[in-house]
Amino acid sequence: MDKQHQETLEAKAKQIRIHILESIAHLGVGHVGGSLSIADVLAVLYFDVLNIDPKDPKKPDRDRFVLSKGHGGPAVYAALAMRGFFPTDWLKTLNAPNTNLPSHTDKNKTPGVDMTTGSLGQGFSVSVGMAKAAQLDKSPFKIYSIISDGESEEGQIWEAAMFAGNHKLDTLIAFTDYNKMQIDGTVNDVNDPAPLDEKWRAFKWHVQVVNGHDIPAIKEAIVQAQNHKGAPSMIILDTIKGKGAFFAEGQVGSHNMPVTKEQAEEAIKGLK
Amino acid sequence: MDLTNRQMRDIYADLLIMYAEKYPDLIAIDADLRKAIRLNKFADAYPERAINVGVAEANMIGVAAGLANMGKRPFTHTFTPFASRRVFDQVTVSVAYAGLPVKMVGSDPGVMAQLNGGTHMSLEDVGLMRTLPTMTIVEPVDGVQLAALMPQIIEHDGPLYLRLIRQEFDPIFEEGETFEIGKAKTVRSGKDVTVFASGIMVKPSLDAAEMLAEEDISVEVINIHTVKPLDVDAIVASAKKTGAVVVAENHNIIGALGSAVAETLGERLPTPLKRVGIKDHFGEVGKKDFLVEKFGLTKKEVSEAIHDVLKKKK
Repeated sequence: MDKQHQETLEAKAKQIRIHILESIAHLGVGHVGGSLSIADVLAVLYFDVLNIDPKDPKKPDRDRFVLSKGHGGPAVYAALAMRGFFPTDWLKTLNAPNTNLPSHTDKNKTPGVDMTTGSLGQGFSVSVGMAKAAQLDKSPFKIYSIISDGESEEGQIWEAAMFAGNHKLDTLIAFTDYNKMQIDGTVNDVNDPAPLDEKWRAFKWHVQVVNGHDIPAIKEAIVQAQNHKGAPSMIILDTIKGKGAFFAEGQVGSHNMPVTKEQAEEAIKGLK
Repeated sequence: MDLTNRQMRDIYADLLIMYAEKYPDLIAIDADLRKAIRLNKFADAYPERAINVGVAEANMIGVAAGLANMGKRPFTHTFTPFASRRVFDQVTVSVAYAGLPVKMVGSDPGVMAQLNGGTHMSLEDVGLMRTLPTMTIVEPVDGVQLAALMPQIIEHDGPLYLRLIRQEFDPIFEEGETFEIGKAKTVRSGKDVTVFASGIMVKPSLDAAEMLAEEDISVEVINIHTVKPLDVDAIVASAKKTGAVVVAENHNIIGALGSAVAETLGERLPTPLKRVGIKDHFGEVGKKDFLVEKFGLTKKEVSEAIHDVLKKKK
């Protein structure tokens, strides 16, 4: 990736973080940690990889994106607003009465959202079904899906993983936001899903592990996944929960936390 | 197509194969019960469009929702307990809340689980499904009714639960009868009392009506093949005519057709009413003949219930 493109995408990731912090601070509380940890992969997907069109959000040959860890909605809303799927003003309506931007992503409320998620494990299983449809139709596009490490404690993830591996669904490119934390503590304290890479390999997936905050590395992994035939791809993103916000970064309590406008402003000043 | 002298699963599989040609987006999914519902015949005809997810019902619902989200017409298949209570959150969120038209076939309802016994005997599936907004629930009585409803089921643009007898059934309807999703079907007209019956309870309800005719009691029997959306107008109209109501179903008396009719009449037209069904009890292993006796699903219970409501009728 050339330097200029890298800087463009890094600026997009920063802007996604700014929107996340502002929208959650406007409301006063929200899923800060798991939204900030996926800002970089979303910058790569929404500003480089995904074939989508804000003027035609349902165009049939678009790439699909499913945020199975639906609580990261604020990050996706930031990316969608920046891509022009709806006005940036909407971001201030997060979780407000009658909003189009609910806590967890909802395909019937938000333009550009391809699946309703929030009950963990289900969005991933649906992504696998979507990838199966793409395989049956020999479609040229891909299904992208992000799950979390805590979500990987759900049995349905592994039911879907086994199916996708056996069906050789190379139409599917999935990511694990491995930020090592969940609501009640670190994932290794609660119910350690490690070793994730070996598990996915054992389920017949093509597996890569990258720094989830390194934009060129994320892009390179996606290209490699796109070119890999005969197996679904899992890209494990080594991330930091709450990445970029001093009051949330690396904090277990950042899963869903109160955020003041002052905190958000100070954190935004500190963003690189 | 022989719609009478065969098991329901053979009729169902032949119908699915027949419509698969007209609907190239129709996909049949199962969870390791392919032969049990005769989907092996479908798989022979359309190998790419038959998906066996293995023993993984939650993923079956997720995959089906994903297929529907891409414009396919998925039909999922398993036994009723695994089609409902085992995957209730998947059905709630990935199918109903997401607004995806997945058709979920649950076979061997209630006591029809027979020798699979208590663990497999779903006496709560309709109650669960009925609480989900947008859900349609269809329970065909016989092969003729299934065949008539099948094109409507395939075309239905929303989530639908098909509660299906898998093996032997009592033939009730003549070929050529018409049925519509959401519309009650009068099977026998009467003036003293109405029995609203679903599934395997239509036959004992008709038998009870025949028996009571000898006592000069005129029984109307109405088949409710669509538990949701309920044909409220037909229920109120018949209750108004007869002034006494019995509901007979192969389900716990809590939560399903009996509850739905009682709720409707309670609000619209309070009427003496009695529910015939499994009286808040778990199931157990046994052949159908034993189970219907044990749990009170025979013409005897229906006729006793009729006498009971007639006494309360003003």
